[in-house]
Parts: sequence; structure tokens; C-alpha cells
Amino acid sequence: MTERIPGSSNGGGSIPTEPENRPPLIEAVNIGVRRCGHWLIRNASVTVRPGQLVYVVGANGAGKSTSVKAILGLIPITEGHIVRRTRKIGYVPQRFQINYTLPITIRRMITLTANYPDEAIDRALESVGLDKLGNPQVATLSGGELQRLLLARSLIERPELLVLDEPEQGLDTKGADDIHKLVQDVRDELDCGVLTVTHDLEQALKTGDDFLVLYPNEAEIEAQHLAKLAKARAARSGESAP
Amino acid sequence: MSLWTTDFLVRAMLAGIGLAVITGPAGCFVVWRRLSYFGETIAHTSLLGIALAIAFDLNLVICILAGAFLVATIMFYLERRGLLPTDTLLGLMAHGGMALGLVFLSFLPNIRINLEALLFGDILAISRIDLAVVWIGGLFGLLIMAKLWRPLLAATVNEELAVVAGMKPERARLLFGLLVAAIIAIAIKIVGILLIVAMLIIPAAAARRFARNPELMAAGAVLVGVASTVAGMYASARFDTPAGPSIVVAALLIFVATRLRSPGVHAG
Repeated sequence: MTERIPGSSNGGGSIPTEPENRPPLIEAVNIGVRRCGHWLIRNASVTVRPGQLVYVVGANGAGKSTSVKAILGLIPITEGHIVRRTRKIGYVPQRFQINYTLPITIRRMITLTANYPDEAIDRALESVGLDKLGNPQVATLSGGELQRLLLARSLIERPELLVLDEPEQGLDTKGADDIHKLVQDVRDELDCGVLTVTHDLEQALKTGDDFLVLYPNEAEIEAQHLAKLAKARAARSGESAP
Repeated sequence: MSLWTTDFLVRAMLAGIGLAVITGPAGCFVVWRRLSYFGETIAHTSLLGIALAIAFDLNLVICILAGAFLVATIMFYLERRGLLPTDTLLGLMAHGGMALGLVFLSFLPNIRINLEALLFGDILAISRIDLAVVWIGGLFGLLIMAKLWRPLLAATVNEELAVVAGMKPERARLLFGLLVAAIIAIAIKIVGILLIVAMLIIPAAAARRFARNPELMAAGAVLVGVASTVAGMYASARFDTPAGPSIVVAALLIFVATRLRSPGVHAG
């Protein structure tokens, strides 16, 4: 049900990434989540270190969101273990919708769980390019702006680990590219580890340092995914060879 | 003029205002979290508590309160287990509880009950003790709301965000359910079983139009609730209409008035 690509931080591989030598921020080892007699995920292992961009990929229903929720402690795991070495975690959830009856501005949204000084809010909004927007109601934002706002909210405490659940969801190709680029910039600026669920395989292959590949079940291993990932790994190894 | 110096009218007015102070902020969460049917369920099942209070000669408010707490707690745990969709569970409890209460009452042949007062309230019959219960309970409820405000608001926006931020939204949700149950138990005498949820929803919905943030909406809902009470009581005395329904009609008119003009606030 899960596949780790050789070259990952645990796999002793060929993708040359400097962060591999740094102590992990979070380590999930052979985790499994079972509900109503069915395994939603099983034997999933992933490690995220500072400066790493790790993607969780797989088909619909493979358990991508379940795995990040389990890693964050939002749902209990049935087997395996998780070691979290940081509490400074920023999270951007999936399928975020604001109820129209709730009046909330973008600045208030950032202070939803704690108060922050105005300068910190300005900095967070500026880092995602929302500083020119004023202070509109969240319900009036476009999909891309909403994703940026959620990212700004997750960045305000300068997280050591950033977890995003399909940040490109509902965005067009350009919007998706922009948000992925933004995430990379954030990773570079904050030197944080990033764990991202994505459907955008191309993006993952282009920029990922490590991957957790999930399959709906063991019988349905997607050869296409494996082939693409192997091809990308080979290409990247070639690029980085002296 | 002499109308407003009448003792029972002053008590009624003060009780209505005391109720509006707590139904304002609590009603906002009922609207934001789409809990109006939960409120209806608590109100309907309170008939069972009333029947038990009458049968065993117990304090009415305490019995309604105990019943409401029980229903809110059962709902919380059933919802967590996910056995049935929430609205199905609520319908089951609301109508099952009310039917049980009515059947139970029918076994008490020597007791005459003013069902109309239970269903639509009897604010003019508010005693000094009732008034004290409304205000002390209301202020206590406000304190709890203030304590729950941030985790509950965060969980209303997104429960996972609240958990990742180290909050305990589930506990806040349970406490809020119990608070709504307590508000309904206290308010039944004022506006009755059938109209109490209106006092939670209508002022909040009216305030939404002009609010830019959650706190302003809560304050606006309190103002609308107070204005509805004053206008409804005045209309009741002036036109000899039932007080509870008159208050709700006044709230409804305020809501309609807020929809007549576009304030241009919510858009930006």
C-alpha cells in the first residue's frame, strides 16, 4: 500500500539533498490507520528534516490526507509509531470553506488561535503577497487568495514544520504553480521542513526531496506512478552528477 | 406611562433584556455552526423534564435543566460515534422526547397544565426569583462564553486548525452544547418551547448584515435582542397580543428591515 522511493531520507539513495544529514523534525514509521475493519493506510513511513520538501502522492482514496492527519495527531494511529521533535507546526488544511454567516476579515483570520502584533500580521500577509489587498472579508476571497491566506496564517509563528493538504486544490494550473512556488520560497526562507499532499505529480517530481507514495490497496499498485518517479529520480541523479 | 411602572411589566422587560444579553453571542454560534435544529431538539425534549417535574413535584427549572443537559450530552456522544447523520439523530431525539413527554403527561389525570404557556411562554408571569435566575444564569453564561470564545471560534472556522494550534475544540463544543441547553431551560418561561430558538437565531441573523467581525456580530445580536424585547413588550401591552410571540415578531421585523438596505459591509 505504500512505496518509498529509493533516494529518500531513509532509503539511502541517490537524490543528493543536503538536509538528509540533519536531525528529523518528524518521523512516522510503518504507521497504519484502521477504521470499521478497513485499513485506510498501512506501513506508511516518512521522515521530514529541516529544509526538506517531502510530497505525499497517490491516487484518490489512497489515504494521502489520512496519513498527514495521522502524522499531525489529528486522528489516532492503529499501528506503527510517530516521533515529533517539534511543536512549531504550521498546517494548511484541505477543502477549506468559510461559512458566509461568519463575518471574519483576513487579519482577524490570522489571529484566530492567538494574538499577534500588527507587524507580524503585516509580515505574514506580505510573505504571501496579500499585503496589497487591504482587509477584506475572507468569504470574498478567490480560491488562490484563500490558500495564500491559510499559508500566511500557518507562517505567522515561523514554523519548523509546514504541513499542507493539497494546497493546489480548486486552483487553475497557474494558481497551483504559484502556490507551490510560494511554498518553496517559504521553505528556503524559513529553512523549515515541508510535508505536502499533492495530486500534482509533475510538481512533486520537479521539486520534491522525498516522497511517500500511497496506493488504494496492494493489488492496485500504480505502475504509472512508479515509472514516473523512477524516471524523475534517474533524471535528477544525472543532473546532479559531477 | 403608568404601563411601564407596573411591577410585572418591568420584571418581564428586565427578564427579556437579561435573556437577550446571553442569547446574542450564543445565537451567533448557533448560526455559524448551523445548530438551530440542535436548539429545537433541546427545546422539544424539555417537555419530558417538565412532565417529570410535575409528576414528582420537583423544581421545574432544575428538571428542565437536567433534561436539557442529558440530551445535549447524549447528542454529543452519539454524534461522535457517527452512527447516524446528525440531523437524523436530532429529529429522533426532538420528536421522540416531545412525544414521550406528552404521553407521560397524559398519565397525570389530576394535573391541569397550561400547555399554551409552555409552548409560547408567559413572560408576564415572571417572578422575582425567575428574574434572578435569568440574570445570574445569563451573566454566568456570558463568562463561560468569554472563556470558550477563541477555541469555539477557531473550531467553527476549522476544527483541525484549532487542534493543531493546541486547542481542545471538542471540549469547547460539549461545553457550548451544555450552555445552549441551559439557556433554553432558563428561557422557556419567557418565550416558550416553540419560540426560544427564534431568539437565538433571528437577532444573530439580523446583526450579520452589519458586522465586520465575529465580536461585533455578537454585540449587534445583543442590541437586536434588547430592541426586540422592548418593542415586543410595548406592542403586547398596546395591542393586547401575547408577549412571547410579540417579541419574536419584533425581532423578525428588525431582521427584515436589515435586509432592505445594502450596507456594503460584508463585501469588504
